[in-house]
Amino acid sequence: MDTKKQVSKTKQDARGAVAVEDRRPLFFGLGFGILFGFLLHKGGATKYDVIVGQLLLTDFTVLQIMLSAVATGMIGIYFMKSMGWIKLSLKKGSVGKNVIGASIFGVGFAILGYCPGTIAGAVGNGYLDAIVGGLAGIVLGTWIFAVMYPGLKNGILKKGDFGDITIPRLLKVNDWVVVVPAIVLIVLVLFWIEKAGF
Amino acid sequence: MGTIASILTDTYWSPYAAGIGIGLLSWLSFLISGKPIATSTTFARTGGMIENFITGGKAERRPYYKKISLKINWQWMLVVGIVIGSFLSAIISGDFQVGVWIPSLWASAFGDSVLLRLLVAVAGGIILGFGSRFAGGCTSGHGISGTLQLAVSSWVSAIFFFVGGIITAHIIFLVIA
Repeated sequence: MDTKKQVSKTKQDARGAVAVEDRRPLFFGLGFGILFGFLLHKGGATKYDVIVGQLLLTDFTVLQIMLSAVATGMIGIYFMKSMGWIKLSLKKGSVGKNVIGASIFGVGFAILGYCPGTIAGAVGNGYLDAIVGGLAGIVLGTWIFAVMYPGLKNGILKKGDFGDITIPRLLKVNDWVVVVPAIVLIVLVLFWIEKAGF
Repeated sequence: MGTIASILTDTYWSPYAAGIGIGLLSWLSFLISGKPIATSTTFARTGGMIENFITGGKAERRPYYKKISLKINWQWMLVVGIVIGSFLSAIISGDFQVGVWIPSLWASAFGDSVLLRLLVAVAGGIILGFGSRFAGGCTSGHGISGTLQLAVSSWVSAIFFFVGGIITAHIIFLVIA
């Protein structure tokens, strides 16, 4: 894959002109999306009842999907990182963004009953409240943010800035010192949820 | 359980199977595309594209749209893919919903007014969309892709997504309803 990419890049450079845009990433994006949407539906996460059931703590499907995805993903991502195959892609954080912003998100999450990924799944699943109401609302909400962004950028979004740090970097330890206990903890939480009868 | 065909036509899989599948997908996404699975910026891009369409290109001037750049990219196609993938799974398992405006849990508490559900969905969507860009990610970008990379920003976000969501859901269904 990498060599292919390089070859096509050299070809483009050789032309000297404005490089023809490589459309392959778009097809890969579409392919990953199709698999993601398929799995979200099979897991039941494209349904309002399942998502709100999680927030009401009566149905733990969403947490079961998320935690098993995170544990599985973490092993592979940190293995591939240690082999030098991939680089992490981390989001910068701050108290303003990740406490206040995320809490606002949570309020919307419960009122709408879908999140941005699962609403795309709910649209594919045919739910009309998602197609007609939710989609328009989300797009409008992001637009309001874009309008307000110049005022927020150097204010609340910067409050308590901590950058794009990982937990191992924060603790100044080897990655695996966090990865292994994190996975053990996730598995224990999943067992506990099962045992509690959810 | 049974043949491959019957697995594909099952409406539901174990949530662990779906989750492990999403985890494996994140490996491929990093390895092949060098990107984590995430969705919410796509809604912001779409909003900017719509504003551009209405105003004849004025949205480009907004600093936020300059930052995220208003074009159809990998993640935009990923979100389109989610719609298609969910549709395929729903169709082959006979779970595609026709004419369903109101989720049953909502109806059990608030009745069968389509208008009420739509107004609430739009309002919730506005708050959700605003919050997703405020937090710099959503349940997929922070909640799955960020937490699996052990990003501090994503763990804090994921916790507060659920803190905000759990409190609000309880207010809606136990206090208001």
